[in-house]
Amino acid sequence: MTYRRFAVTLMVLTVALVLLAVACLVFGSVDIPVDRIVDIFTGKGSGNKAWDIIILQSRIPMIATAALAGAALSISGLLLQTTFNNPLAGPSILGVSSGAGLGVAIVILALGGSLGGLLGENVGSYMAILVGALMGAGVVLAVLIAFSAIVRSNTMLLIIGILVSYLTSSVVQLLNSVATEEGVHNYVSWGFGNFSGVSVAQMPIYAGIIILALIGSALMVKPLNALLLGTRYARNLGINVSMTRNILLLITGILTAVVTAFCGPIGFIGLVVPHIARMSLGTSNHARLVPATILAGADIALLCALASVSNPHGIIPINAITPIIGVPIILYIIINRRRIQYFN
Amino acid sequence: MKDNNAIYTTHDLAVGYRNGKKEVTLLSDLNLTLEKGKLVALLGRNGAGKSTLLRALTCDERPLSGYIQADGKNLLEMSQKERSRLIGLVSTERIQAGALTVEELVGLGRQPHTGFLGRLDDEDHKIVRQAMTDAGIIDKASDYVASLSDGERQKAMIARALAQQTPIIILDEPTAFLDVASRIETMRLLQTLAHDRGKAVLLSSHDISQSLLLADELWLITTDRQVLTGSTAQLVESGAMDRLFLNKSIHFNNQILDYSF
Repeated sequence: MTYRRFAVTLMVLTVALVLLAVACLVFGSVDIPVDRIVDIFTGKGSGNKAWDIIILQSRIPMIATAALAGAALSISGLLLQTTFNNPLAGPSILGVSSGAGLGVAIVILALGGSLGGLLGENVGSYMAILVGALMGAGVVLAVLIAFSAIVRSNTMLLIIGILVSYLTSSVVQLLNSVATEEGVHNYVSWGFGNFSGVSVAQMPIYAGIIILALIGSALMVKPLNALLLGTRYARNLGINVSMTRNILLLITGILTAVVTAFCGPIGFIGLVVPHIARMSLGTSNHARLVPATILAGADIALLCALASVSNPHGIIPINAITPIIGVPIILYIIINRRRIQYFN
Repeated sequence: MKDNNAIYTTHDLAVGYRNGKKEVTLLSDLNLTLEKGKLVALLGRNGAGKSTLLRALTCDERPLSGYIQADGKNLLEMSQKERSRLIGLVSTERIQAGALTVEELVGLGRQPHTGFLGRLDDEDHKIVRQAMTDAGIIDKASDYVASLSDGERQKAMIARALAQQTPIIILDEPTAFLDVASRIETMRLLQTLAHDRGKAVLLSSHDISQSLLLADELWLITTDRQVLTGSTAQLVESGAMDRLFLNKSIHFNNQILDYSF
């Protein structure tokens, strides 16, 4: 019975993924006839060099970037929610994204450049930025682990995450005050969130890291399910809790850092999508939750990407769209928390 | 009293807590034995150290000194995995499993026996169903854990421990939040598991009169931090029951097997 629901949900999410990807391919600031797009795919070419470039080097990488970013952030959110036993945890609300952002800012300044020119084609420089993002996310996660041992309250941990975000953004502002004007401008526009930042050349690294980390998360379903019962029961089930927690947070850190470095600090997706997956599946069993979260995350990110190019006068920043989708869902969850199974 | 049925023994165990570098000993020189087929109730007033002792016995906290032998081996030197096949736990910890079905929750008890991804095979499913039957929760197998009453939830957690197929089951206050009917049902269930399934069952409880009636053996934590062990009859005769509480106006009444004042 529940298996049927799982199969149907996965099918719906997959169909939605395909439809959204096609929509992102067809709609954009430049109108390209559908038959010409088909021609590009069949190798004939559209006969218009600019269209070929837009489809192959802009829209397709954007679709891949968005889908992977959505999946990555959503899995980060799921792992954080289970690890900290906190349904309102997520990479942005706990400050992991802003930690990664701070790491990016510091590396760019240390490289002697401005805060801008994020992720240029120079492999060395964007690898350094990636490492900076990883370090930043790692530091925030370490702080969260330390505090979670002291403060047992879920709400307090969320507040600490928000404080960390404030702290990192003030450090970034201080850094900005010594950066060039162009650097500040670039940093600000990076902060808007953007799925067009990954070039074809960078795609293998971006996609490779995310896919590996997603596979890693799928291999953790057994300890994740044990953690639903709390640490004492998990230990009683033979789980090495501290090692499991470190692995889960490492995966979270990698996923959040890579997405943040390339796409900016994107809010809400990581917090909301695990709830969408739980509500549509009607379970908190991670064996089903992980694949559904990956697909739903990709769907939501593509929806945001589609919305961002829907404006004929220019691109709408991703971070202007995610709260419009995210806030109503979070409010719905908070209001109905007594009725929703996994809160009880 | 160490016969072949002894499966779990503590040797000069001392338990307490560490406050920075300072060690605070709550109970010491404990030489306790759990036997297969026996239901043991751990009694003591609040703060006497019941939970601390249980946490040490399940290796959730390292004892201050001494060691524990279980199934012939040193429990403290075992891996988490080995321990998970020896001791099943039912604690009062809040769980986040409201959106699991009872069957899925009980299935988690198979984790020590399943592979890397935790998939259940036919044999596992059979054991899970048997555990639910034994715990009397099979009717609710496909219900959400969130929809259960407190008593049913406790049965589900006991079924989960049963599915783990451990020779020892340790329960921290299993009847704490239950109404009278569920309390009796739960205690009867635990008694059956000990007597008919040969499990060594240890539970801590506030419910003294019921423990006296149903347990085969009592572990009493007295006000002067000693642990007295023995059958109900032995302990009642020896006047040990009056050493459970500090208040001189509370006396144990041997006739009604309860306290009066």
